[in-house]
Amino acid sequence: MKEIKFILNGKEVSVEADPLKRLLDVLREDKRMTGVKEGCGEGECGACSVLMNGVLVNSCMIPLGAVEEAEIVTPEGIRETEKGKLIIDAFGDAGAVQCGFCTPGMMMATEALLTINKTPEEEEIREALSGNLCRCTGYDLIVKGVQIASERGKDLW
Amino acid sequence: MGAKISIPVRRIDAKEKAGGWAKYIGDYEFDNLQHGRFLRSERARAKIIEIKKPVFPEGYYYVDASDIPSSGKNNIQMIKDDWRVFAVDEVRYIGETIAIILGPDKQKVLDLLNEIEIIYEDLIPAFTFDDALACKGGAVHGTDNIFAEYLLNVGNTDNAFKNADKIIEGKYETGFQEHLYMETQGLVGTWEDGKITMYASAQCPFYIRKSVAGTLGVPLGDIRVRQVTTGGAFGGKEHFPDVIATPLAVAVNKIKKPISMIYDRIEDISFTCKRHPSKITIKTGLDKDNNIIAMEIDTLVNGGAYESSTPIVLQRAILHGLGVYNIPNARILGRAVATNTFPSDAYRGFGAPQGLFAIEMHMSHIADELGLDTSDFKRKHFIKTNDITITNSKMHDDVKLEEMFAKIDEMSDYSSKVKKYANDPVKGIGIAFVNHGGGFTGNGEQVVIQGVVKMKRLDDGKAGLYVSVVEMGQGLQTTMRKIAAGELGLSIEDVVYDNPDTDIVPDSGPTCASRSIMVVGFLVQECAKKLKAKWEEGVGTEATHQYVHPEEFVWEQETLQGDAYPAYGWGINVVEVEYDPVTFEVKTEGVWAVWDVGVAIDETIMQGQSSGGIIQALGYASIEKCELKNGAFMQHTMADYTIPTSLDFPKVETVFIDNPYKYGPSGAKGAGELVFDAAPPAYAEAVQNAIGKRIYDIPVTPEMIMEALNK
Ligand code: FES
Ligand code: FES
Repeated sequence: MKEIKFILNGKEVSVEADPLKRLLDVLREDKRMTGVKEGCGEGECGACSVLMNGVLVNSCMIPLGAVEEAEIVTPEGIRETEKGKLIIDAFGDAGAVQCGFCTPGMMMATEALLTINKTPEEEEIREALSGNLCRCTGYDLIVKGVQIASERGKDLW
Repeated sequence: MGAKISIPVRRIDAKEKAGGWAKYIGDYEFDNLQHGRFLRSERARAKIIEIKKPVFPEGYYYVDASDIPSSGKNNIQMIKDDWRVFAVDEVRYIGETIAIILGPDKQKVLDLLNEIEIIYEDLIPAFTFDDALACKGGAVHGTDNIFAEYLLNVGNTDNAFKNADKIIEGKYETGFQEHLYMETQGLVGTWEDGKITMYASAQCPFYIRKSVAGTLGVPLGDIRVRQVTTGGAFGGKEHFPDVIATPLAVAVNKIKKPISMIYDRIEDISFTCKRHPSKITIKTGLDKDNNIIAMEIDTLVNGGAYESSTPIVLQRAILHGLGVYNIPNARILGRAVATNTFPSDAYRGFGAPQGLFAIEMHMSHIADELGLDTSDFKRKHFIKTNDITITNSKMHDDVKLEEMFAKIDEMSDYSSKVKKYANDPVKGIGIAFVNHGGGFTGNGEQVVIQGVVKMKRLDDGKAGLYVSVVEMGQGLQTTMRKIAAGELGLSIEDVVYDNPDTDIVPDSGPTCASRSIMVVGFLVQECAKKLKAKWEEGVGTEATHQYVHPEEFVWEQETLQGDAYPAYGWGINVVEVEYDPVTFEVKTEGVWAVWDVGVAIDETIMQGQSSGGIIQALGYASIEKCELKNGAFMQHTMADYTIPTSLDFPKVETVFIDNPYKYGPSGAKGAGELVFDAAPPAYAEAVQNAIGKRIYDIPVTPEMIMEALNK
C-alpha cells in the first residue's frame, strides 16, 4: 500500500493502494469512472484508453505507481468540454457508434490525434485508431466521425 | 434509396455511449456484491474421480449440482436440454462448468479456485469429423454422434447425373470463429423481493428466464431478467448467457446475495461458443452446354459436446446450400456431429455463411475448370422469381440480382479488372452472390415464437414501446423508435423504449435470425396503427399485436418442405486484393457491396451494418484462426486471436437498392446477417485469382497460400 498523488481530469487526487494495481482498476473501482472500459486487460484493444500527460495509453497496462505526479484524462474528463462535445456529436452524426463499448476509447484516440494533427488524412486517422479495436463498425463510420470532428473543430484544436 | 424512413437520424444512444455514460453490466454497483468464478473441466472427456477442495473460509462458497433444488433439473432448457448446468461424474469438453466458487473478494476466490484439484480418469475423446462419424471412444451423443440429419431433394438427381456430360467435385472447409464482442460475457444475479433477478448482457431475456426457471423448477414468473446495455453480441449472447445464468441462479438461490459472473477476456476466448466448423462436399453434373443439371451436397457441421441450437444452424446451412442458383435436380444431405469440443453455437449468419462459402467457391471452381468467366457462369444460373427451390416451393421474392450486378460492376469496375488481372502475377478480384432468409426458418415464427408487442400512450404525448428484442449495437433503439414514431406522428425522442425487462415487456421473441426489424418491426408498425386509432382514449391506452403468419407461406417442419423463409435479403460483394510473393501476405485494395434489404430503416445504420458485417467476415476469411489442440482452443488472448484493425481493410463502398417486402415495416427485410455472407467467398476468390491456385478453405492464411503455391 502506498499513497500515490496524480492529477485526474484536472483535479489533484490521491489514492492509497498497491502501486502495482492497474490504473484501469483504480479508475473504475476507486474513482467509479466507468467510461474507461476493460476489453482485454492486456494492452490489445484500447477500450481502456486514457491520456497520460497528453499521450494516449492503455490504462490496463499502467501500474498505479507509474502515474505519480502525472496528468491523467479519462472520457469523463473530456466529454463535457467543447472538444469532447464536438467529438461526441461528430460520432453521432457519422453513425460511428454501434454497441458503444469501444467508443469512449475512440473518443480519447480522436482527441489525442487532433491535438497533434488538426487535419488528418484518412490514412493518418486509420493509423491513429489502429490501437483501438472495434468489432461492430468495421471502422468506416468512425473514420468518418473523426473527419467530421476535424472539419468542425478547426478552431478548437 | 428513396423511402422517407431511410433518411438517417442521429442514433438515440450515440451520445450516452460515446461519452461513457452508458452503463454496461460491469459498470453497475450492487450492495454486498459477491464475485463468482467457474471451476471448469480441464479434460475433453473424462470421469471425475475426486474433487479435492481446500477449507473454505466463512463467506466463501462452492456451489455445484447438489445445490439445485429438488424441484429443479441439472439441465439447461435451451432448444433441447442435454447441456448440463453443472457436470457431474464425467466431463465432455474442456471448459465444462463443474462448480462456482464465490465470495466477497475476487482474489481470494481465484486463490481458492487454484487450490482445487480434480482427479480425472481420462476417456478417449473425439475431436474431428472423422472421429465423430467413427464414434471414436464411443458415442458422445446418442448412439451415433449425430445431433441431426436432414435430406433435401428437388427434381430427380440420380437421373440427371446419368445424363451429365461432365461431373466436377470439390470439398470446402471453414473453421471456428470467435465472436469477440468487445464487451465480454457477463451477468449479475440478485435476490430482490424474494425473487431471482438477472441483469444480463444478452440478446434474449426470455431465453434466460426459461432456462433459469427450468433449472430451479419454479414458475417462469418467479424469475426476472433485465437486459442491460450490451457491448456487442453477434449470436454469442443468444444462448450462451443461459450457460452462465443457470449455475449462477443456483448460487444466488443458495446464498440470497448478488453475485457477479463477468468473464475476463482469456476466459471468454477460451470458454465460450464459436461458429460451427464445416466440411462440405459438392458434386455437380453439367450438360454439353455447360448448364448445371444436377448437384449433390454433403454438409457436415461440428456441434461440439452438446446440442444447443446446432440442428437449426444445420438447417440454415443446407437451406442456403444452393446459394442464389436455380438447380433443377439437387440433393443435400446435412449432418451435425457431436465431438468433445466446446459446444458450437449461434454466430451471425447461423450456418448460412458456411453453406454459401462452399457453393460460391464451387461455382467459381467449375467456371475455372471449364474456362468460363466466373460471373457469367454464376449469372447464367441465377434463381429467378417463381423458380423451384430446394424445398419444392417457389421463390416468391422479386429477384433483382441482375440489376444489382450492373450496379456493382459499375462501382468496382469488376468486369474489366477480371480481364486485366487474368495474367497479373499478384493482383486478383473476386465476386460473390448471396441471399439470406429473414426470420425463423419455416413456420417457426408461427409455431414456436408467436411474438407479441405492446404499446401504450404515456403522459406528455409520449408513447411507450414494449418489446423483448434488444439493442446490442445494431441500432434497434433507434430503428424501432423510427418505425413506431412514423406511424404515430411523433418524434423518435417521444417513443420510450427501455432495455427489456421480462416483468414488463411481452415476449416478442429473441433478438436473432435477422428477425428484429423484419418480423418484430412489422408487429410494432401494426401495433402503432392500433394505438393511433385509439390514441384519443387518453393516457394509459394500450394496444397489443401478435404475429399472424401470412397465408401464402406454407411450411411442413417434419419434411422441411415449403417456404423456408418468407423473404430473403440479397447481396453482392466484390473484393480486390494484391499478394506479396515473398511474404505471402495479402493486401485488400478494394471492397464493394450492393444490398437488397427491402428498404433500409435508416441508411446510416445500414451503412454501419454493411461495413461492420463485411469487415467481421473478412476477418473470418483471412486472419481469424481458431484451432484446437487436444480439445482446447489454442488461442486465448486478443494477441493470438486477432481481429481486423482500422488498417487491415480499406473503406467498404456500399449501395442499397429498394425492393420493398409487403410484410416488413415500411418494406424492410432482414439485414444483420446478410451483410456477413458474401465477403468470405469474394475474398477467397480474389486471392485464388491473384495466386493462380484454387482455394477451398478459410481462413486463407499466408501459410495456406504458400502451401497452395508449392503444390
Ligand atoms: S483493456 Fe486495456 S487495452 Fe484492452
Ligand atoms: S461499436 Fe461495438 S466495438 Fe465498436
